[in-house]
Amino acid sequence: MGYLQGHARRVGPEEEDLTLSAPHLLVHDHKDNVGVVVVEGLEAGTEMLCVVTEDNSDFRMVAHQAIPIGHKVALKDLKPGDTVIKYGQDIGRMVGPAARGEHVHVHNLKTKRW
Amino acid sequence: MSTGRKIWAYRRENGRVGVRNHVAILPVDDISNAACEAVAAHIQGTIALPHSYGRLQFGEDLELHFRTMIGTGANPNVAACVVIGIEPGWTQKIVDGIAATGKPVAGFSIENNGDIATVAAASRKAKEFVHLASEQVRVECDLSELWIAAKCGESDTTTGLASCPTVGNMYDKLIPHGIYGCFGETTELTGAEHLAAARAATPEVREKFMKVWKAYQDEVIEAHKTSDLSDSQPTKGNIAGGLTTIEEKALGNLEKIGKKVSYIDVLKPAEMPARGPGLYFMDTSSAAAECNTLQAAAGYVVHIFPTGQGNVIGNPIMPVIKVSGNPRTVRVMSEHIDLDVSGVVRRELTIEQAGDALIDMIVRTANGRMTAAEALGHREFVMTKLYRSA
Repeated sequence: MGYLQGHARRVGPEEEDLTLSAPHLLVHDHKDNVGVVVVEGLEAGTEMLCVVTEDNSDFRMVAHQAIPIGHKVALKDLKPGDTVIKYGQDIGRMVGPAARGEHVHVHNLKTKRW
Repeated sequence: MSTGRKIWAYRRENGRVGVRNHVAILPVDDISNAACEAVAAHIQGTIALPHSYGRLQFGEDLELHFRTMIGTGANPNVAACVVIGIEPGWTQKIVDGIAATGKPVAGFSIENNGDIATVAAASRKAKEFVHLASEQVRVECDLSELWIAAKCGESDTTTGLASCPTVGNMYDKLIPHGIYGCFGETTELTGAEHLAAARAATPEVREKFMKVWKAYQDEVIEAHKTSDLSDSQPTKGNIAGGLTTIEEKALGNLEKIGKKVSYIDVLKPAEMPARGPGLYFMDTSSAAAECNTLQAAAGYVVHIFPTGQGNVIGNPIMPVIKVSGNPRTVRVMSEHIDLDVSGVVRRELTIEQAGDALIDMIVRTANGRMTAAEALGHREFVMTKLYRSA
Protein backbone atom coordinates (compact mmCIF):
# COMPACT_ATOMS: atom_id res chain seq x y z
CA MET A 1 0.00 0.00 0.00
CA GLY A 2 1.23 3.46 -0.73
CA TYR A 3 1.33 6.54 1.39
CA LEU A 4 -1.99 8.01 0.37
CA GLN A 5 -4.41 9.37 2.90
CA GLY A 6 -2.64 8.79 6.13
CA HIS A 7 -0.95 5.45 5.76
CA ALA A 8 2.02 6.71 7.68
CA ARG A 9 4.53 4.13 8.74
CA ARG A 10 5.77 3.71 12.25
CA VAL A 11 9.40 4.65 12.59
CA GLY A 12 11.62 1.63 13.05
CA PRO A 13 13.61 1.46 16.27
CA GLU A 14 16.87 1.44 14.34
CA GLU A 15 16.04 4.86 12.94
CA GLU A 16 14.55 6.83 15.78
CA ASP A 17 13.46 6.58 19.40
CA LEU A 18 10.03 4.96 19.50
CA THR A 19 9.32 5.64 23.14
CA LEU A 20 7.90 9.10 22.44
CA SER A 21 4.18 9.48 22.15
CA ALA A 22 2.80 12.11 19.77
CA PRO A 23 4.02 15.55 20.87
CA HIS A 24 1.84 18.60 21.42
CA LEU A 25 4.55 21.06 20.50
CA LEU A 26 7.53 20.95 18.12
CA VAL A 27 10.59 23.17 18.35
CA HIS A 28 13.02 23.34 15.41
CA ASP A 29 16.24 24.32 17.14
CA HIS A 30 17.63 24.56 20.67
CA LYS A 31 18.24 28.28 20.13
CA ASP A 32 14.52 28.90 19.48
CA ASN A 33 12.39 30.79 21.99
CA VAL A 34 9.06 29.71 20.42
CA GLY A 35 7.56 26.33 19.48
CA VAL A 36 4.65 25.24 17.27
CA VAL A 37 1.45 23.52 18.45
CA VAL A 38 0.89 20.41 16.30
CA VAL A 39 -2.34 19.08 17.79
CA GLU A 40 -5.89 20.34 17.35
CA GLY A 41 -7.95 21.66 20.24
CA LEU A 42 -5.10 22.32 22.68
CA GLU A 43 -6.67 23.63 25.89
CA ALA A 44 -5.30 26.03 28.48
CA GLY A 45 -3.60 24.14 31.28
CA THR A 46 -2.45 21.22 29.11
CA GLU A 47 0.92 19.86 30.09
CA MET A 48 2.50 19.60 26.67
CA LEU A 49 5.05 17.08 25.47
CA CYS A 50 7.49 19.24 23.55
CA VAL A 51 10.05 17.81 21.11
CA VAL A 52 13.06 19.59 19.61
CA THR A 53 13.28 18.21 16.06
CA GLU A 54 16.99 19.05 15.80
CA ASP A 55 17.90 16.10 18.03
CA ASN A 56 14.57 14.60 19.18
CA SER A 57 15.15 15.71 22.76
CA ASP A 58 12.00 16.45 24.73
CA PHE A 59 10.72 18.50 27.63
CA ARG A 60 7.39 19.34 29.22
CA MET A 61 5.73 22.72 29.48
CA VAL A 62 2.23 23.93 30.39
CA ALA A 63 0.19 25.85 27.79
CA HIS A 64 -1.42 28.78 29.56
CA GLN A 65 -3.91 29.54 26.80
CA ALA A 66 -5.97 27.55 24.30
CA ILE A 67 -3.74 27.77 21.23
CA PRO A 68 -4.76 26.62 17.72
CA ILE A 69 -2.82 24.03 15.76
CA GLY A 70 0.09 25.60 13.87
CA HIS A 71 0.34 28.58 16.18
CA LYS A 72 3.37 29.50 18.29
CA VAL A 73 3.93 29.32 22.03
CA ALA A 74 6.59 31.26 23.95
CA LEU A 75 9.20 28.93 25.48
CA LYS A 76 10.37 31.69 27.83
CA ASP A 77 9.00 35.01 29.00
CA LEU A 78 9.20 37.43 26.07
CA LYS A 79 8.87 41.19 26.36
CA PRO A 80 8.43 43.96 23.76
CA GLY A 81 11.65 44.50 21.83
CA ASP A 82 12.86 40.91 22.23
CA THR A 83 13.95 39.10 19.06
CA VAL A 84 12.00 35.94 18.36
CA ILE A 85 14.11 32.98 17.26
CA LYS A 86 12.77 30.04 15.23
CA TYR A 87 14.81 27.65 13.03
CA GLY A 88 17.68 29.18 15.04
CA GLN A 89 17.05 32.41 13.07
CA ASP A 90 15.60 35.87 13.68
CA ILE A 91 11.91 35.91 12.66
CA GLY A 92 10.97 39.34 14.05
CA ARG A 93 10.50 41.49 17.12
CA MET A 94 8.02 41.30 20.00
CA VAL A 95 5.70 44.32 20.08
CA GLY A 96 3.76 43.03 23.10
CA PRO A 97 4.51 40.62 25.93
CA ALA A 98 4.09 36.84 26.04
CA ALA A 99 4.88 34.82 29.14
CA ARG A 100 6.24 31.28 28.85
CA GLY A 101 3.37 29.06 27.66
CA GLU A 102 1.43 31.90 26.02
CA HIS A 103 0.42 32.51 22.40
CA VAL A 104 2.85 34.38 20.11
CA HIS A 105 1.32 35.72 16.88
CA VAL A 106 0.38 38.92 15.04
CA HIS A 107 -0.90 40.55 18.25
CA ASN A 108 2.58 40.58 19.83
CA LEU A 109 5.14 39.74 17.09
CA LYS A 110 6.06 41.78 14.02
CA THR A 111 8.52 41.50 11.15
CA LYS A 112 11.66 43.61 11.12
CA ARG A 113 11.52 43.78 7.31
CA TRP A 114 8.53 45.81 6.27
CA MET B 1 23.40 9.14 -14.03
CA SER B 2 20.76 6.58 -13.27
CA THR B 3 18.73 6.30 -10.10
CA GLY B 4 17.94 2.69 -10.89
CA ARG B 5 14.25 3.67 -10.69
CA LYS B 6 12.38 3.35 -13.96
CA ILE B 7 9.37 5.31 -15.10
CA TRP B 8 7.06 4.87 -18.07
CA ALA B 9 6.94 8.13 -19.96
CA TYR B 10 6.91 9.76 -23.40
CA ARG B 11 10.22 10.25 -25.20
CA ARG B 12 9.89 13.38 -27.30
CA GLU B 13 11.57 14.25 -30.61
CA ASN B 14 14.29 16.27 -28.84
CA GLY B 15 15.07 13.48 -26.37
CA ARG B 16 13.30 15.08 -23.41
CA VAL B 17 10.94 13.01 -21.26
CA GLY B 18 7.30 13.99 -20.76
CA VAL B 19 4.81 12.41 -18.36
CA ARG B 20 1.62 13.67 -20.00
CA ASN B 21 0.55 13.62 -23.62
CA HIS B 22 -1.44 16.77 -24.20
CA VAL B 23 -2.53 18.27 -27.50
CA ALA B 24 -2.48 21.95 -26.52
CA ILE B 25 -4.52 24.67 -28.20
CA LEU B 26 -2.52 27.79 -27.39
CA PRO B 27 -3.78 31.35 -27.88
CA VAL B 28 -1.14 33.93 -28.78
CA ASP B 29 -3.31 36.64 -27.23
CA ASP B 30 -6.42 37.19 -25.10
CA ILE B 31 -8.71 37.80 -28.08
CA SER B 32 -7.88 34.36 -29.51
CA ASN B 33 -9.09 32.55 -26.40
CA ALA B 34 -12.59 32.08 -27.82
CA ALA B 35 -11.31 30.35 -30.98
CA CYS B 36 -9.00 28.10 -28.93
CA GLU B 37 -11.79 27.15 -26.55
CA ALA B 38 -14.07 26.39 -29.50
CA VAL B 39 -11.46 24.03 -30.98
CA ALA B 40 -10.96 22.31 -27.62
CA ALA B 41 -14.72 21.94 -27.15
CA HIS B 42 -14.99 20.38 -30.62
CA ILE B 43 -11.99 18.06 -30.71
CA GLN B 44 -11.81 15.58 -27.83
CA GLY B 45 -8.42 14.98 -26.26
CA THR B 46 -7.25 18.57 -26.67
CA ILE B 47 -6.81 21.25 -24.03
CA ALA B 48 -7.16 25.03 -24.53
CA LEU B 49 -4.85 27.30 -22.54
CA PRO B 50 -6.69 30.62 -22.32
CA HIS B 51 -4.90 33.58 -20.71
CA SER B 52 -5.24 37.35 -20.39
CA TYR B 53 -2.39 38.93 -22.35
CA GLY B 54 -0.43 39.10 -25.59
CA ARG B 55 -1.43 42.45 -27.06
CA LEU B 56 0.69 45.62 -27.17
CA GLN B 57 3.36 44.26 -24.88
CA PHE B 58 6.90 45.44 -25.51
CA GLY B 59 10.51 45.10 -24.37
CA GLU B 60 11.36 42.60 -21.66
CA ASP B 61 7.67 42.03 -20.92
CA LEU B 62 7.08 40.95 -24.53
CA GLU B 63 10.14 38.69 -24.44
CA LEU B 64 8.72 37.04 -21.34
CA HIS B 65 5.39 36.57 -23.12
CA PHE B 66 7.05 34.80 -26.05
CA ARG B 67 9.26 32.75 -23.72
CA THR B 68 6.20 31.61 -21.76
CA MET B 69 4.15 30.79 -24.87
CA ILE B 70 6.96 28.97 -26.67
CA GLY B 71 8.10 27.19 -23.51
CA THR B 72 4.59 25.98 -22.76
CA GLY B 73 4.14 24.55 -26.26
CA ALA B 74 7.65 23.10 -26.15
CA ASN B 75 7.14 21.39 -22.76
CA PRO B 76 7.64 17.61 -23.11
CA ASN B 77 4.21 17.00 -21.54
CA VAL B 78 2.77 18.45 -24.78
CA ALA B 79 2.73 15.99 -27.67
CA ALA B 80 1.57 18.50 -30.29
CA CYS B 81 0.36 22.07 -30.34
CA VAL B 82 -2.07 24.24 -32.29
CA VAL B 83 -1.35 27.97 -31.98
CA ILE B 84 -4.04 30.57 -32.75
CA GLY B 85 -3.42 34.33 -32.82
CA ILE B 86 -5.21 37.37 -34.12
CA GLU B 87 -2.50 38.05 -36.74
CA PRO B 88 0.10 35.84 -38.43
CA GLY B 89 3.37 37.54 -37.35
CA TRP B 90 3.53 36.79 -33.65
CA THR B 91 1.64 33.52 -34.25
CA GLN B 92 4.40 32.31 -36.57
CA LYS B 93 7.10 33.38 -34.12
CA ILE B 94 5.57 31.13 -31.46
CA VAL B 95 5.05 28.27 -33.94
CA ASP B 96 8.71 28.49 -34.99
CA GLY B 97 9.86 28.48 -31.39
CA ILE B 98 7.87 25.35 -30.58
CA ALA B 99 8.85 23.68 -33.87
CA ALA B 100 12.51 23.82 -32.80
CA THR B 101 11.76 20.87 -30.48
CA GLY B 102 10.75 18.81 -33.52
CA LYS B 103 7.20 18.24 -32.26
CA PRO B 104 4.12 18.70 -34.50
CA VAL B 105 2.88 22.30 -34.33
CA ALA B 106 0.68 24.47 -36.58
CA GLY B 107 -0.42 28.10 -36.45
CA PHE B 108 -3.64 29.82 -37.48
CA SER B 109 -4.53 33.50 -37.52
CA ILE B 110 -7.95 35.07 -37.32
CA GLU B 111 -7.67 38.38 -39.25
CA ASN B 112 -9.09 38.08 -42.78
CA ASN B 113 -10.61 34.69 -41.82
CA GLY B 114 -12.87 35.27 -38.83
CA ASP B 115 -13.33 32.95 -35.87
CA ILE B 116 -15.52 30.38 -37.65
CA ALA B 117 -13.18 29.60 -40.55
CA THR B 118 -10.18 29.70 -38.22
CA VAL B 119 -11.82 27.28 -35.79
CA ALA B 120 -12.72 24.94 -38.67
CA ALA B 121 -9.17 24.86 -40.05
CA ALA B 122 -7.58 24.60 -36.60
CA SER B 123 -9.99 21.84 -35.62
CA ARG B 124 -8.98 19.72 -38.61
CA LYS B 125 -5.31 20.08 -37.63
CA ALA B 126 -6.09 19.46 -33.95
CA LYS B 127 -7.92 16.25 -34.87
CA GLU B 128 -4.89 15.10 -36.86
CA PHE B 129 -2.67 15.83 -33.83
CA VAL B 130 -5.01 13.90 -31.51
CA HIS B 131 -4.62 10.83 -33.70
CA LEU B 132 -0.83 11.24 -33.66
CA ALA B 133 -0.68 11.80 -29.90
CA SER B 134 -3.04 9.00 -29.01
CA GLU B 135 -0.80 6.52 -30.79
CA GLN B 136 2.25 7.57 -28.77
CA VAL B 137 3.19 4.88 -26.26
CA ARG B 138 4.95 5.26 -22.96
CA VAL B 139 8.48 3.87 -22.96
CA GLU B 140 10.84 2.98 -20.16
CA CYS B 141 12.83 6.01 -19.00
CA ASP B 142 14.93 6.70 -15.93
CA LEU B 143 13.57 8.69 -13.01
CA SER B 144 16.72 10.83 -13.28
CA GLU B 145 15.48 12.20 -16.63
CA LEU B 146 12.66 14.12 -14.96
CA TRP B 147 12.64 17.88 -14.47
CA ILE B 148 10.91 18.43 -11.12
CA ALA B 149 9.93 21.91 -9.92
CA ALA B 150 8.69 22.94 -6.48
CA LYS B 151 6.75 25.80 -4.98
CA CYS B 152 4.77 25.97 -1.73
CA GLY B 153 1.48 27.72 -1.03
CA GLU B 154 -1.06 28.48 1.67
CA SER B 155 1.87 27.74 3.90
CA ASP B 156 1.68 27.47 7.64
CA THR B 157 4.06 26.39 10.37
CA THR B 158 3.63 22.70 9.47
CA THR B 159 5.02 23.46 6.01
CA GLY B 160 8.42 24.22 7.52
CA LEU B 161 8.20 21.22 9.85
CA ALA B 162 6.98 18.55 7.46
CA SER B 163 6.02 19.12 3.81
CA CYS B 164 8.86 21.45 2.73
CA PRO B 165 11.60 19.34 4.38
CA THR B 166 10.03 16.33 2.58
CA VAL B 167 10.58 18.08 -0.75
CA GLY B 168 14.10 19.02 0.33
CA ASN B 169 14.86 15.42 1.19
CA MET B 170 13.66 14.35 -2.28
CA TYR B 171 15.95 16.93 -3.92
CA ASP B 172 18.89 15.85 -1.74
CA LYS B 173 18.33 12.29 -2.94
CA LEU B 174 17.48 12.82 -6.63
CA ILE B 175 19.57 15.80 -7.73
CA PRO B 176 22.88 13.91 -7.36
CA HIS B 177 21.39 11.37 -9.82
CA GLY B 178 20.83 13.97 -12.52
CA ILE B 179 17.34 15.41 -12.26
CA TYR B 180 16.71 19.11 -12.86
CA GLY B 181 15.17 20.91 -9.88
CA CYS B 182 13.72 24.41 -9.57
CA PHE B 183 12.59 26.72 -6.80
CA GLY B 184 11.53 30.36 -7.08
CA GLU B 185 9.41 32.82 -5.07
CA THR B 186 11.83 35.73 -4.91
CA THR B 187 9.70 37.79 -2.48
CA GLU B 188 9.06 34.89 -0.17
CA LEU B 189 12.74 34.35 0.47
CA THR B 190 12.83 37.70 2.24
CA GLY B 191 14.07 37.04 5.74
CA ALA B 192 16.03 34.00 4.60
CA GLU B 193 17.84 35.64 1.67
CA HIS B 194 21.18 35.33 3.46
CA LEU B 195 20.65 31.57 3.77
CA ALA B 196 19.40 31.29 0.18
CA ALA B 197 22.43 33.25 -1.06
CA ALA B 198 24.73 30.92 0.87
CA ARG B 199 23.33 27.94 -1.06
CA ALA B 200 24.51 29.26 -4.43
CA ALA B 201 27.08 26.96 -6.04
CA THR B 202 29.56 29.71 -6.92
CA PRO B 203 30.20 33.37 -6.05
CA GLU B 204 28.92 34.31 -9.54
CA VAL B 205 25.59 32.56 -8.93
CA ARG B 206 25.38 34.04 -5.46
CA GLU B 207 25.85 37.53 -6.87
CA LYS B 208 23.22 36.86 -9.51
CA PHE B 209 20.78 35.74 -6.81
CA MET B 210 21.36 38.78 -4.62
CA LYS B 211 20.93 41.10 -7.59
CA VAL B 212 17.58 39.54 -8.47
CA TRP B 213 16.40 39.54 -4.85
CA LYS B 214 17.41 43.18 -4.34
CA ALA B 215 15.74 44.23 -7.59
CA TYR B 216 12.47 42.77 -6.33
CA GLN B 217 12.80 44.72 -3.10
CA ASP B 218 13.68 48.00 -4.82
CA GLU B 219 11.70 47.90 -8.05
CA VAL B 220 8.57 46.06 -6.94
CA ILE B 221 8.07 46.31 -3.20
CA GLU B 222 9.60 49.70 -2.41
CA ALA B 223 8.18 51.23 -5.59
CA HIS B 224 4.61 50.05 -5.09
CA LYS B 225 3.94 49.50 -1.43
CA THR B 226 1.34 51.73 0.22
CA SER B 227 2.07 50.79 3.82
CA ASP B 228 3.91 47.69 4.82
CA LEU B 229 3.15 44.34 3.21
CA SER B 230 1.59 42.88 6.34
CA ASP B 231 -1.76 42.37 4.62
CA SER B 232 -0.23 40.42 1.73
CA GLN B 233 2.87 38.78 3.17
CA PRO B 234 2.18 36.65 5.08
CA THR B 235 -1.25 36.07 3.54
CA LYS B 236 -4.45 35.83 5.57
CA GLY B 237 -4.28 32.06 5.09
CA ASN B 238 -0.69 31.95 6.33
CA ILE B 239 -1.68 33.94 9.42
CA ALA B 240 -4.67 31.68 10.12
CA GLY B 241 -2.19 28.79 9.97
CA GLY B 242 0.07 30.38 12.56
CA LEU B 243 2.73 32.10 10.45
CA THR B 244 3.36 35.61 11.76
CA THR B 245 6.19 37.22 9.78
CA ILE B 246 7.76 37.06 6.32
CA GLU B 247 11.01 35.89 7.91
CA GLU B 248 9.26 32.90 9.49
CA LYS B 249 7.51 32.12 6.20
CA ALA B 250 10.75 32.36 4.22
CA LEU B 251 12.65 30.05 6.55
CA GLY B 252 9.97 27.38 6.12
CA ASN B 253 9.89 27.95 2.36
CA LEU B 254 13.64 27.42 2.04
CA GLU B 255 13.37 23.97 3.64
CA LYS B 256 12.23 22.88 0.13
CA ILE B 257 15.78 22.88 -1.21
CA GLY B 258 17.03 20.37 1.31
CA LYS B 259 20.28 20.37 3.20
CA LYS B 260 22.93 19.30 0.70
CA VAL B 261 22.40 20.60 -2.82
CA SER B 262 23.32 24.06 -4.04
CA TYR B 263 21.73 25.83 -7.00
CA ILE B 264 23.84 26.17 -10.10
CA ASP B 265 22.17 29.11 -11.83
CA VAL B 266 19.61 31.89 -11.46
CA LEU B 267 16.99 31.82 -14.21
CA LYS B 268 14.88 34.64 -15.57
CA PRO B 269 11.11 33.96 -15.42
CA ALA B 270 10.29 31.03 -17.76
CA GLU B 271 13.94 30.69 -18.83
CA MET B 272 15.00 27.17 -19.72
CA PRO B 273 17.91 25.85 -17.61
CA ALA B 274 21.11 25.64 -19.63
CA ARG B 275 23.78 24.43 -17.24
CA GLY B 276 22.84 20.76 -17.19
CA PRO B 277 21.32 18.70 -14.39
CA GLY B 278 21.04 20.31 -10.96
CA LEU B 279 18.99 22.69 -8.88
CA TYR B 280 18.04 26.11 -10.31
CA PHE B 281 16.59 29.23 -8.74
CA MET B 282 14.06 31.07 -10.90
CA ASP B 283 13.09 34.70 -10.35
CA THR B 284 9.31 34.39 -9.91
CA SER B 285 6.39 35.90 -8.11
CA SER B 286 5.24 33.93 -5.09
CA ALA B 287 1.68 33.68 -6.43
CA ALA B 288 1.20 29.97 -7.08
CA ALA B 289 -0.37 30.01 -10.55
CA GLU B 290 2.17 32.53 -11.88
CA CYS B 291 5.15 30.62 -10.49
CA ASN B 292 3.91 27.21 -11.68
CA THR B 293 3.14 28.55 -15.17
CA LEU B 294 6.69 29.94 -15.43
CA GLN B 295 8.25 26.68 -14.23
CA ALA B 296 6.21 24.64 -16.74
CA ALA B 297 7.26 27.07 -19.49
CA ALA B 298 10.91 26.49 -18.54
CA GLY B 299 10.41 22.80 -19.29
CA TYR B 300 9.59 21.23 -15.92
CA VAL B 301 7.29 18.22 -16.27
CA VAL B 302 6.36 17.38 -12.66
CA HIS B 303 5.60 19.83 -9.88
CA ILE B 304 5.71 19.30 -6.12
CA PHE B 305 3.51 21.63 -4.12
CA PRO B 306 3.80 21.50 -0.33
CA THR B 307 0.83 23.14 1.36
CA GLY B 308 -0.16 23.74 4.95
CA GLN B 309 -3.62 25.27 4.94
CA GLY B 310 -4.59 23.69 1.61
CA ASN B 311 -3.86 25.51 -1.65
CA VAL B 312 -5.88 23.83 -4.43
CA ILE B 313 -3.68 24.92 -7.39
CA GLY B 314 -3.13 22.88 -10.55
CA ASN B 315 -1.61 23.45 -13.97
CA PRO B 316 -3.04 22.51 -17.36
CA ILE B 317 0.05 20.69 -18.68
CA MET B 318 2.18 19.82 -15.63
CA PRO B 319 0.90 17.50 -12.89
CA VAL B 320 1.05 19.24 -9.51
CA ILE B 321 1.57 16.84 -6.59
CA LYS B 322 0.21 18.22 -3.31
CA VAL B 323 2.01 17.36 -0.10
CA SER B 324 0.70 18.36 3.31
CA GLY B 325 1.85 17.75 6.85
CA ASN B 326 -1.04 19.55 8.55
CA PRO B 327 -3.23 16.93 10.31
CA ARG B 328 -6.34 19.11 10.00
CA THR B 329 -5.83 19.92 6.30
CA VAL B 330 -5.30 16.30 5.30
CA ARG B 331 -8.57 15.50 7.05
CA VAL B 332 -10.82 18.40 5.97
CA MET B 333 -9.35 18.84 2.45
CA SER B 334 -8.31 15.27 1.75
CA GLU B 335 -9.49 15.39 -1.87
CA HIS B 336 -6.73 17.91 -2.65
CA ILE B 337 -3.81 16.11 -1.03
CA ASP B 338 -1.77 13.51 -2.93
CA LEU B 339 0.70 12.75 -0.15
CA ASP B 340 -0.08 12.99 3.55
CA VAL B 341 3.07 13.55 5.61
CA SER B 342 1.28 14.60 8.81
CA GLY B 343 2.94 11.60 10.44
CA VAL B 344 6.04 13.81 10.61
CA VAL B 345 4.49 16.15 13.20
CA ARG B 346 3.27 13.15 15.21
CA ARG B 347 6.83 11.76 15.05
CA GLU B 348 5.53 8.62 13.36
CA LEU B 349 7.34 9.31 10.13
CA THR B 350 10.87 10.62 9.66
CA ILE B 351 11.71 13.21 7.01
CA GLU B 352 13.85 10.50 5.42
CA GLN B 353 10.82 8.21 5.06
CA ALA B 354 8.59 11.08 3.92
CA GLY B 355 11.15 11.89 1.19
CA ASP B 356 11.06 8.26 0.02
CA ALA B 357 7.25 8.35 -0.01
CA LEU B 358 7.39 11.48 -2.16
CA ILE B 359 9.77 9.79 -4.61
CA ASP B 360 7.30 6.88 -4.85
CA MET B 361 4.49 9.35 -5.57
CA ILE B 362 6.61 11.08 -8.24
CA VAL B 363 7.18 7.71 -9.94
CA ARG B 364 3.48 6.87 -9.80
CA THR B 365 2.53 10.30 -11.14
CA ALA B 366 5.11 10.08 -13.91
CA ASN B 367 3.72 6.67 -14.83
CA GLY B 368 0.28 8.21 -15.31
CA ARG B 369 -1.47 8.47 -11.95
CA MET B 370 -3.61 11.60 -12.12
CA THR B 371 -2.96 14.07 -9.32
CA ALA B 372 -5.70 15.44 -7.10
CA ALA B 373 -5.52 18.75 -8.99
CA GLU B 374 -5.83 16.98 -12.35
CA ALA B 375 -8.81 14.91 -11.17
CA LEU B 376 -10.49 18.03 -9.80
CA GLY B 377 -9.97 19.95 -13.05
CA HIS B 378 -7.51 22.57 -11.81
CA ARG B 379 -5.89 24.13 -14.87
CA GLU B 380 -4.61 27.47 -13.60
CA PHE B 381 -2.53 29.07 -16.37
CA VAL B 382 -1.47 32.59 -15.45
CA MET B 383 1.01 34.71 -17.34
CA THR B 384 3.46 36.92 -15.45
CA LYS B 385 3.26 40.55 -16.61
CA LEU B 386 6.20 42.83 -15.83
CA TYR B 387 4.58 46.20 -16.53
CA ARG B 388 1.71 47.92 -18.36
CA SER B 389 1.31 47.40 -22.09
CA ALA B 390 1.93 50.13 -24.64
